[in-house]
Formats: sequence, structure tokens, C-alpha cells
Amino acid sequence: MWSKAGAASASSGCDPLAVIRKLLVANRGEIASRVMRTARSMGITTVAVFSDADAGAQFVSDADEAVRLPGVLPADTYLRVDLIVEAASRTGADAVHPGYGFLSEHAGFARACADAGLTFVGPSARVIELMGSKVEAKRIMAEAGVPVLPSAPADDLEAAIATVGFPMLVKAAYGGGGRGMRIARDADELSAGVEAAQREAAAAFGDGTVFIERLVEAPRHVEVQVFGDLHGTVIHLFERECSIQRRHQKVIEESPSPAVDARLRDELTQAAVVAAKAIGYVNAGTVEFVLDPDGRFWFLEVNTRLQVEHPVTELITGLDLVELQLRVAQGEPLGGDALDATMRGHAIEARLYAEDTSAGYLPTSGRIDRLRVELTEGVRVDAGYADGATVSTYYDAMLAKVIAWGPRREIAAQRLAAALVHAEIHGPATNRDLLVAVLHHPEFLTGATDTAFLERHQLGAGASEPRTEHLHALAASIAASQSRRTRSPLPPGIPARWRNVGPAGQPVAYSVGDEHIIVDGLHVEGLSGAVRIVALRPGHDSFTVDLEIDGYRLPCRVHLVGDLAYVDSALGATTLRELPRFPVPELEVAAGSLLAPMPGTVARVAVTVGEHVHAGHVLVTLEAMKMEHAIRAPHDGVVNEVRVSAGDQTETGTVLVVVDTTGDTVS
Amino acid sequence: MGVLTSSVDHIDATYLENRRAMLALLAAHEEQLEIVRGGGGPRYVDRHRARGKLTARERVELLLDRDSPFLELSPLAAWGTQFHVGGSIVTGIGVVSGIECVVIAHDPTVRGGTMNPLTLKKNLRALEIARINRLPVVNLVESGGADLPTQADLFVPAGQIFHDLTQLSALGIPTVALVFGNSTAGGAYVPGMCDHAVLVDQRAKVFLGGPPLVKMATGEESDDEELGGAAMHSRVSGLSDYFARDEHDCIRIGREIVADLNWRKLGPGPIGGPASVPDEPMCDPDELLGIASVDLRVPFDPRDVLARVVDGSRFDEYKPTYGTSLVTGWASIHGFPVGVLANARGVLFMEEAKKATEFILLANQIDTPLVFLQNCTGYMVGRDYEQAGIIKDGAKMINAVTNSVVPHLTVIMGASYGAGNYGMCGRAYGPRFLFAWPNSKMAVMGPQQLAGVLSIVARQSAAGEGRPFDEEADAVRRAAVEEQIERESHAFFNSGKVYDDGIIDPRDTRTVLGMALSAVHSNVVEGRRGFGVFRM
Repeated sequence: MWSKAGAASASSGCDPLAVIRKLLVANRGEIASRVMRTARSMGITTVAVFSDADAGAQFVSDADEAVRLPGVLPADTYLRVDLIVEAASRTGADAVHPGYGFLSEHAGFARACADAGLTFVGPSARVIELMGSKVEAKRIMAEAGVPVLPSAPADDLEAAIATVGFPMLVKAAYGGGGRGMRIARDADELSAGVEAAQREAAAAFGDGTVFIERLVEAPRHVEVQVFGDLHGTVIHLFERECSIQRRHQKVIEESPSPAVDARLRDELTQAAVVAAKAIGYVNAGTVEFVLDPDGRFWFLEVNTRLQVEHPVTELITGLDLVELQLRVAQGEPLGGDALDATMRGHAIEARLYAEDTSAGYLPTSGRIDRLRVELTEGVRVDAGYADGATVSTYYDAMLAKVIAWGPRREIAAQRLAAALVHAEIHGPATNRDLLVAVLHHPEFLTGATDTAFLERHQLGAGASEPRTEHLHALAASIAASQSRRTRSPLPPGIPARWRNVGPAGQPVAYSVGDEHIIVDGLHVEGLSGAVRIVALRPGHDSFTVDLEIDGYRLPCRVHLVGDLAYVDSALGATTLRELPRFPVPELEVAAGSLLAPMPGTVARVAVTVGEHVHAGHVLVTLEAMKMEHAIRAPHDGVVNEVRVSAGDQTETGTVLVVVDTTGDTVS
Repeated sequence: MGVLTSSVDHIDATYLENRRAMLALLAAHEEQLEIVRGGGGPRYVDRHRARGKLTARERVELLLDRDSPFLELSPLAAWGTQFHVGGSIVTGIGVVSGIECVVIAHDPTVRGGTMNPLTLKKNLRALEIARINRLPVVNLVESGGADLPTQADLFVPAGQIFHDLTQLSALGIPTVALVFGNSTAGGAYVPGMCDHAVLVDQRAKVFLGGPPLVKMATGEESDDEELGGAAMHSRVSGLSDYFARDEHDCIRIGREIVADLNWRKLGPGPIGGPASVPDEPMCDPDELLGIASVDLRVPFDPRDVLARVVDGSRFDEYKPTYGTSLVTGWASIHGFPVGVLANARGVLFMEEAKKATEFILLANQIDTPLVFLQNCTGYMVGRDYEQAGIIKDGAKMINAVTNSVVPHLTVIMGASYGAGNYGMCGRAYGPRFLFAWPNSKMAVMGPQQLAGVLSIVARQSAAGEGRPFDEEADAVRRAAVEEQIERESHAFFNSGKVYDDGIIDPRDTRTVLGMALSAVHSNVVEGRRGFGVFRM
């Protein structure tokens, strides 16, 4: 063993390996789980850090040890350099993987790790810092001969027009996400745009510096995965295309890019390697380019971390990028598998978000009762949520990445679409239908994508057919009926709803969106046709109901959680809520009068006429039999009348106070 | 265990004729049920609904658990009488909050839900079923009280309703009154006698005397609400335990009350526990339609019936070669073990009577309920039989049936004549449940026999007095008597008199017996001990 280690050290011609034995993952969700999976396979012990909101999260139980970061906001938890470094020292971790987002591109964090003697799995603090400034990064790249878009500072607009030319893009120097950005097609738009962008950038990023850049029309977002080791080797692992974006966030990514041929690939990847070498890049990084319809490309920026979309590269190269990251961080040189990497087939990734696509991609939250994607041929799922977990509003609402590989692009697209269609996603609304619509879109299938694809095509949750909802409601009702069987004291062979006099009349109402569907036995209001249950199979926590209606057979999978029924079938997915059989009657306290519950003496009157009170607000205190009884407002409202004052004797039923619900009379 | 193999010939003329006739009877039965379901008819139902009220059947449906079966009792009560078929009341057994209960609902669309003598009979039978089977009772109350023109036949016996309700309570059988409307005068004692009462706001009226009566009695001016409204009874008199805002709220509260009863059934329950699913019969129950004789002179093999009723068609016959006119043996229905006594060839001889007696004693030894499948024309008559002591043997059987304390369930699947009705556990012998197929007939004897007996007696009387016998008048009288007896032995007629608990579709026999057996197991299932089994 000893001689082997010595040999490795000698062959690398470098310092002895900084072998990682315990790795702290300074991140959460799917990427934390993803990193730990590889670490564990390499024999590395893993440590998670978690906020209070993530105390029960999957990635925490995936780790061997975990350290709590008190609080829920990122600023109090995952962005706290000091707490994370402290967690590493508490647990004896010797390395830190930052994942993506949070502190992954935070030079100060990389430096703090280094100072604490921790191996930071990523590039050096210096590189992170250099690439953090877009202006500085562009300058370095331009010097190294990498094509960059002509740009100019915003202080001299005349000069800027001369160097850049229209159309232009005004951009914040320290920012992203589309904020502090303006398009200008003439001088007037330019001056207005600069002012607006400065204002927005100052508000959003605390620095109003903007610069001007050539605008590329119908651009595509193409990036190259690069890898550098401590021994000066820099390689690329081909390109990825991430043009399908919504609000400047990638939704669908793939590799290779359908817009890149072999010649362009050579140019792009060489430019990326040149760019990485120019800054002495170590570990995994991504060089982003903008590609125009004529095949011209310009450098955008370097992402000094593992990308969300790294799995597509893994699927076409067969490499484990996290393993490469960890090996490089240990000081190992990039091995033959990486140096001789080749592309095989095509991979596409879809980001499944908890969001309401029709409401401007508004994030949704709530409990995920089930998230199950079948791992069919070529399909991979990187998920961050276990069944029963809650999507909180504190962090990114990405539920999972579903990735499909195929020997050809259209096969990968079809596999991915099928995996999404058949997935059981039981919980808050997601962008699943949007993803499927993109993957099925002819324009996408021809590869004609650019960053405006989703703005151009109003895709999304097409309203599902009423017939689908009716059939799904029927399946839900049948499954619910089956689930109730065990609660009956009668022998199971007695038919449900059996009557010797006339048919049973026990309608069940479901709500689907704003619609109500009434099911009574096998009859669904608005659904005609002879229905038959072909098969009914109870599963572990769900049911398969095979319906037949006029000879058409449809197997439905039904998952019941409380009053919710999630139904999946070939026709789609429906979430139904069973309405209560006995609606709780509205609280109607007769005309808002509060009556004395017993004879007594008024000890205190705490309100005056006209006062606004909330439900639970103490109005009057009665004293009776040596005890004080608080008379509280039963609802929000305005005190309309006070009939008693302190010292008054009351009988049972004496009206004490009248609280008006509407507050119309006193306003 | 032995498995009955029974095949029927689907193109056999008798089979086809039976089937056709049975379907016609079922259609006639369904026609009556249609009327029963319609309550007081569209006009009164519409008026009731217009007041924002639920019908009796809607109340029952809401009270029952989702998917619960409902075994309605005596649906044809008052058939063939001056009263509305159904008896202006709905009674039955269903599951409420996971507990099998007897449900009794007044139908206010039939003459205001007033009670006539048959309403009373049906109501009392439901209470009896609750008592002997230890089933909680839920009353859905909205009744105008006594149907006053019939008070002579009603007033005195009607007191038993309150007697029985409080007796149930004393036996530890819970009673609940959900009051949706009028419950006045005598009716006021229904919530008064029940363990739990819920009154619906602005609807329930529970008082001994209404404003006019109070005015007449004492001169006091009063209104309904202060005399008997839900608010008053919930806040002042305390008669109402819960104040319901509306009918749904009332039923919801009623279901909660039942859920909180912490009810445990006392019977051993089905073999293999509640989770096991007993196998269905090997033969198709649909074939029962062609098996049961519509012409009751034609006997049929009860094993063909059992093969379509009992679990897996399994039947272990007891004394198969002795007293073969009565089939006895062991089986299970929906997992509940039962002993079966079924007539094979109508008549009971000495051997059959003794076999039955022994079998009933055996069932009591092993705490097993008995199912009587009647198709019986009576005990054998004739010189040889009388001299051999048929009365004594019949008496043994009637003694055994009477004093057996395991639950008895009776299904009349054909004839039910003479003392055979008694020996085979007719109504007077207190079966826990008694159901009849629509082809069945129940009378002291067959119409022809009865008419013939009367004719012979008349002829003898004429001869005795030396009068000439008017053959023509006799023929007319015989025909009239035959017609009368035919009518009075008809299943609907007897069901109308509440001599059974309802007419059932033969195909439903297994389900009905399963529900009845489950109900029976709410109480202890125990036989009589004391003597050993007498070998007759």
C-alpha cells in the first residue's frame, strides 16, 4: 500500500495527494444528494449542512453526518461562510463541495476554506474573483484571442455607438437574471435604456454600473464544459445547448447542440480551452457563448462551478463529473477517461419546477405527496425531494431534473417526454406540461431553438379535456370506495352501496380547478356511456383502476392522500379534491349578539361602540362563582352595541355586546 | 368439506317457465317498490323539497357511511291495505360511522309522516330487530303523530314505541333521535326516550301540546318556537343535546354521536377474521330464478339453492340418508358458520321432525346460527302417522325451534303451510330475520285444500241435518274461498301485514343473509345449554 501511494505521488510529480476522506457539501436539495452519491461511491464520508426548513430533507438523510444552520433564509444559513467553515471543522471534514448557486462562486468562501486548511472543490479564489466581473472577464478573454462581443463603457455613448454599433444591449456589470438589462436600437433608446438599467441595477445589485454590448438577435445559448487539473492540463467535454429559457432561467438543456456541427464544435471547444487556460483554470467550469444564426459566437462568461445541467454531459461521455472534480481537487491529474472522452448519442435534461406556468411561472409550494419518475431505458432522475417532503418558498423550487439519453436526439426527446408524461407528480402545480409541450414541439424537434423560444410559443398547461377529468373522477371515486372497504363492519363480499329497495344515492363531489364533478356510484354527471370496472388492484399506497366505457379501456393509477386524489392515466394527470360530505355550516352567531353564558356580574367591559375587534378579542369579563369568564369576539367585526357596564348583574342569555360582522354601520 | 355440484338445464321447460314467472313477479315487486320509493308522490315530495327539506330516503343516504349497503326492512308494509304502501316510514339496517345500526325514518311526504297501525307494526318490528340483535337505533324524526282517524287501532298499542325505546336503553343499546320537523304530542317522547337527541334549528318542533292546545288547556298564548323549538330545547329545557343549524348539520352530529359510542360487536364474527374474503358460491345465483318453483306443487332440491348461496358451495350434510324430506347440514355464508334446515319434498314425517330436533340441539351445542329454508306443506297426516305419533315428533321439533337460542334466520322460498310454518321457524317463532321470495305462499293450508276442507265440512253438515247439498252453490263458494286464500297467501299480502321482514330477489339471498348474519353477530351468539343432545 505504502509503495503504491509513493508511486502515485512520484508519477504526478507533485505534492502528495490531498486525499479527501470527509466531504462537507455546502448546498442543499438534489445537488447535495448528487454530490454525496458520488462521494460515497468513492469511499468518502459525507457531511450535510441544513437550514431549519430543510431539517427533514432527503439530502440530510443521505449524508453520514449533518450540521444544523439555524434559520431558514439563505442569508442566515447556506450563505454563511463562517458557519459552514465552522461546521467543517466541527465534523473534521477535509474538503468542501459548494454545489451550484449559494456560495459556489463566492471567492471569499473559497478563500476561507483554503485558510481553514480545507480543500475547496472548485477553482481558486483568484479565478472566481476574476470571472465574477463580467467586464474584467471579457477583457481577459479578448486579450487571449477569444471572440467577445464589442462592448463599451456607458459613460460615453457617442463612443459606444462607434465601437459597438446597433442593436445594443445595456447590461449591469455586476448582476444577472435579466435585471438591469435594456435593448437599444437607436440613440434615443440608448440614453433612456442606460438610465433605466442603471436605476434597476443599483436597486437590484447595489451597484449601478452598466456597460453596453452588441445585441445578438435570435441568439442561442451554447456552453462548453471545461476541466482543468493542478498540473496545467485543460480539457473540454463538448458543448451543451441551453437555449430554452424562461425569464433567463434554463428549462431544457442538451448535449450536443443541434446547432453545432463538427467544424463549429472544434472552434467552440478550442476557444473554451483557450479561455480556461488564459486564467489557469482548475476543476470543473463552463465557458458560455452566445451563438448567432450564422454560426458566429462570442464569449459571454465563465461559470466557475459545476452546472445544474452537467448530467447531459455525463450521459453522452459516460463520465462522472463530480468524481472528476473530487479527483482533481485531491491533486490527481486528469486521467485517460477524461482526456480521451468521446461523445456518444444525445442527452436532454428537463428541469421540473414547482411553479404555475400560466401565472408567469410563479413558484408554488406545498407538500409533495409523491414524485415518481419511472427509470425507463435511458432515463436518469436527479431529485431533491422524497415523498412527503414540502416545497418551501425559501429556496429554488426545482423538484427534480429528468434526463434522458438516446442514440439520436429525437429518441432522447421522446424518451424524456414519455418519462415526464408518465411521471407521478403529486403535489403543487409544476411545469411538467410545459416541458412536454416543448419536447413535442416541431420547432424544438428540428433543433430550431433560441432563447426566445418560450416567448414566441405560448405553450403550457393546455386545459385538460372534461372527459379526462370525468373519467379520472370516476377512477378516484372507485379507488376511494375500495379504500373504505376495510372500515366496514360488514363482510367484504357484501357489495358496496347494495340496496334491496332502489338504487343508492350517495353522490360524491370533487373539485378540479374551478369545476365540480359529481360522481354517484358508476354514474358521473356529464359523462355518458356504459361504464364497467374491468380490474381494481390495490397497491402499496395506491390503486390501479381499469375502466371500460363503451368498449374503450383506460387503466388509471389513483393515489389517495387525505381528501386529495391524484389520478394518472394515458390521458394525463388530474388532481381532484373530494368536497366534504357535510360542509361545516357557517358560523352565524345570531345577529352578532354575545349572550351571557351564566348568571354573574360584569367585571370589566373591554371595548367601546365602534371599536374594531378581531376574533378572539376579549370583549367583556364576567365574574360568576369566584371565576372570571372572558366573552370573546366570535369573528372579526365592529362593536355595534355595548349593553352592559362594569358591575351589572347578568342572567343567562343577557345580551352583552353586539359585534357586527360587516362593519358597514360604523365605518 | 363437501362441495355441492349442481347444474341446471337452461333449456329445460320447467326451468324456463320458473324463470319467466319469477321475473314477472320480480317486476311486479319492483313496481311496488317504485311506489314505495316515491313516498307521498311527486306533489308532496316537491312541496317538501321546496321547504328546503331532504326526503326520508335522502336523510338515510346521508346518515349512512359512504358505500354502506342498506337492508331495508318491511318495504311492502301496508300493501293491499287502505294505507300507502311502505307504511309512511323507512326502516332498515345500514352502517353509520362504521357501526351497523337500525335506522328508522319517518316519511313526512306521506300524510305528514303520521302513524297508522301498519306504520306502528313496521316501527315496532324495527325496534324488535334492534333489541334482539343488539343494534343501535337512529330515529330520523319528522311525524305529524297519530293518523287520527285510525286512533282506535293505534293509540293503545302505540305506547310500545316509547316503552321499547327506553327498554333498549336499559339493555345498553344506544338510541339516537335526529329531529328534523314535527315530533309533537306522543311523538315528543321519541327524542324524550332516546339516549341522544339533536334538533334542527327552526324546523324541529317538540312539544306535548301545540299553541292551539295550550290555549284551549290553560288559555296561555304561545308560539311553536318557545314551546318546542330547537333553540329552546338546546338552551332552556335541555331536551336537545345538540343544536343543529340545518339538516346536514343534524345528520353530521348524529354520525358523530354514533362514532363516539365505542361500539363493539359481541359475536365471534366470520371465520378467518374481518379481513378474509370468503369465496363466492361455485354456481351462478342467477340460476335461482329458474330453480325456485312458481307452481308450489312442484318440489325442488334445496341443495341447488344452497349451491348458489353458501361459501364455495361447500355443504356438509347431516344425516343425508335419514329423513330425506328435510336437508340438514353445515355451511358458511360470507364467512359466518351456519346450520341449514331446508325442506326437500314439502312434507315433514316423523324422521324429519326428529332429525330436525337433533340438528337444532347440535347447533346450540356449538353456538352456530341456523338458517331455515322453507318450502313446507306441513306435517304428514293420515292414520298411520297419527298412530305412530306424528304430533309428538312434530312437538319435539317445535319445542327445539322454540327453545333454541342461537340466532335463527328464515327464508321462505316456496310453500309455508300449516304447522310446517311453525316447525320451520315461522314468524311466531321469533327468527331474528325472516325474508320471503316473491313466489312464496303462506297460509294455514293450500287454497284448494282449504276450499276442499270447507266443502267437505259443509257437505257433512248438510248430511247431518238431512238437508240437500247445493252442489252449484258449493262450487261457487269453493271458487270464492280458493280465490280468497290464494290472495291471502300471496307473498305481497303477508309482507303487507309485516309477517316477514321483506320480499327479496332470490339472487340477493346470499347478500341478505350475509347482512343479517353480520347484524346477528352484534349480539352474543350462544346456544342453550343444560341437557345433552337427545338422540331421538
